[in-house]
Amino acid sequence: MNFFALNDLPLGITAKIIDINCNKNIQRRLLDLGIIENSKITPVYRSPFNDPTAYLIRGTLIALRSDDSCKIIVET
Amino acid sequence: MHSYKVALVGNPNVGKSTIFNSLTGMNQHTGNWTGKTVSNCEGHYKFNNTIFTLVDIPGTYSLMSNSEEEEIARNYICFNKLDAVVIVVDATSLERNLNLVFQIMEITSNIIVSVNLLDEAKKKGISIDFKKLSNLLGVPVVGIIGKKKKTLNNLKNLIFKVCSGKIIPSPKLIKYLPIIEDSLLLLSPEIKAPYPISRWIALKLICRNDNLISSISHNMNINLDTQNINTKLDEISCLLSRNDINENNIENALLSSILKQCEYVTNEVCTYKNINYMKNTIKIDKILTSKKFGIPIMLLFLCMLFWITIVGANYPSQLLSEFFSFLKEKILVFFEYVHSPEWLTSLLVNGIYQTVTWIVSVMLPPMAIFFPLFTILEDLGFLPRIAFNLDRCFKCACTSGKQALTMCMGFGCNAAAVVGTRIINSPREKLIAILTNCFVPCNGRFPFLITVATIFISGSIAGFFSGLVAAIVVMLVVLLGILLTLLISKILSKTILKGLPSSFTLELPPYRTPQIGKILVRSLLDRTLFVLGKALSIAAPAGIVIWIFSNICIGDSSILDILANFLNPFAKLIGLDGYILTGFILGIPANEIVLPIILMGYLKNKTLIDIENVNLIGNILTTNGWTLLTAINVMIFTLLHFPCGTTLLTIKKETKSIKWTIVSFFLPTICGIIICFITTQIYNLVNLII
Repeated sequence: MNFFALNDLPLGITAKIIDINCNKNIQRRLLDLGIIENSKITPVYRSPFNDPTAYLIRGTLIALRSDDSCKIIVET
Repeated sequence: MHSYKVALVGNPNVGKSTIFNSLTGMNQHTGNWTGKTVSNCEGHYKFNNTIFTLVDIPGTYSLMSNSEEEEIARNYICFNKLDAVVIVVDATSLERNLNLVFQIMEITSNIIVSVNLLDEAKKKGISIDFKKLSNLLGVPVVGIIGKKKKTLNNLKNLIFKVCSGKIIPSPKLIKYLPIIEDSLLLLSPEIKAPYPISRWIALKLICRNDNLISSISHNMNINLDTQNINTKLDEISCLLSRNDINENNIENALLSSILKQCEYVTNEVCTYKNINYMKNTIKIDKILTSKKFGIPIMLLFLCMLFWITIVGANYPSQLLSEFFSFLKEKILVFFEYVHSPEWLTSLLVNGIYQTVTWIVSVMLPPMAIFFPLFTILEDLGFLPRIAFNLDRCFKCACTSGKQALTMCMGFGCNAAAVVGTRIINSPREKLIAILTNCFVPCNGRFPFLITVATIFISGSIAGFFSGLVAAIVVMLVVLLGILLTLLISKILSKTILKGLPSSFTLELPPYRTPQIGKILVRSLLDRTLFVLGKALSIAAPAGIVIWIFSNICIGDSSILDILANFLNPFAKLIGLDGYILTGFILGIPANEIVLPIILMGYLKNKTLIDIENVNLIGNILTTNGWTLLTAINVMIFTLLHFPCGTTLLTIKKETKSIKWTIVSFFLPTICGIIICFITTQIYNLVNLII
């Protein structure tokens, strides 16, 4: 079992969210989008400048900046 | 006749506005991106001899995170007497959409769930069992395709039945953790409000959501600060803390119960033929956002947009102005026939008629081409990709990537884009987006840019390439505007609006086939009528003012001349001349009339001239001392000067501050003056050397 910060997860690899360490406001935004502990998330592609990254979660594409995704811990 | 009030809510970008338009026959602007609708919009329709008032509420994912749009939605549902709430959900991502459904069910029972975008779901191989969904939720469910009016009849019927009490929904509320449910049982009876809202208020009390609680007790006139409630609340927090639940994690606990239920329901009702249904969208995105092609493709699209506009607008423009000048002669003959006094003829024909027809013939064709094209890109879902590609740049400027979206809206109309900045969550980033919005040229300034580019820069090149060169020049001007947007945003972030970039979450919607036929008709008819209306309402009085300025003389020269002579020394310093600057100043009500004023100043024949082709304008300009430098500086100044009157008023309304309105006036103006000054000095230096 491997643990990653979400922004370090290689493209195309699906992982399970273990922990979200953002501040309360951001956490709520993420919750609204269905990004919570135990949900599965896959990074799909990155923008031309490498950041942000688009993630596939619950069937939708959501773009997150690495500043936010580095605070999300996932396991593969 | 009966009348009912119905609210239309749902996640962003699920097609609420399309449904709203189809039901009410109104023409609210629609587009494929999150956050397009930023304020409530009301419309009416008649069904079964009953009037329904429909309110379109900005999209929201949840009612728990206290952002501006969520508060609007929540307060609207809580504090208005609604006969029904229609929750629009996206069939292609039911699971996430159900979150909002469950949250709203806690507030009100009169709910209809309408599953939209069935056509898209079908394409992706998703099918939904509506009957089962309705059973699991306890509320009526209807499947629709918002674009197709026929499918909306079932929805209308359901709305009617729920409003009139023929169907009484009984929502199956979320069962939270047993300990929370126990607390709710304890607290609910103390709250003097009908079920289910009493339970919801109890929930909010337990979450200690103070802002919301005070607005509930204020708006619903319930006392929530009684002895009983407070004792019970203390009891409950003791109980909860023994189970490791406190203020900080209770909302997460609640939400995970909701999300679990969403997952369960979705698995029960959805069948997927093809699990990987986002495949096509992702495939396209991998090209459109790739390192190699991402940025070039964006530029190519932009350039093509301008090129098609320039080439396509040429011919109709000429035709229109020929027609108008033909008509003018007939009108003059008529005036002569009725022996109208010379000054009146001059005022009406040379003042009003000439200004109005000028604007129609020069401005209308490019708009009529640009808008449908832009709307197609918007409907397709391309705009969020632009925001995605450019986010890194905006992050460097310490602002939100969503600013790219409002920037794109600015191409249409800066005033509309200023309203659109509400999609940006952080107030600081929103203000920056407002202040820098007019760095992209709106449709009122485009035709001017195109005309100048065509005459001076590509005029010497014949045929096919001429249009292309003009398009590239216009694109360069736009790129300059984008660069300045970033630069000024950065400077603002480091000085008067200090702060770090906030979090950024952007949904990238699946590509949707644009409704091309509808777009063409809509944007042509709507925009055309809108522009004609604007031309009449602004250009006509402006025509009178212009006529007065150029016909009323003090001493030997007209007011226009005096003003121009006064401004001339300063204008020369920045490579323009007095008439150009006067044109910009008199053009504050609408940027469309800048060029006509300049021309009138040059001609001194006290009237706008007939412009049958651009070469003629070119001749007039060159004989009045226009050089390549003048053309470049005029284009820069068109990009960078004070926003038009409407935009200024909108900024005042959005920022609620005169100070920021004044800043928004001077910021681009000073930029324009500085850059024009620099180009002038460089040009003079180069000339000196050569």
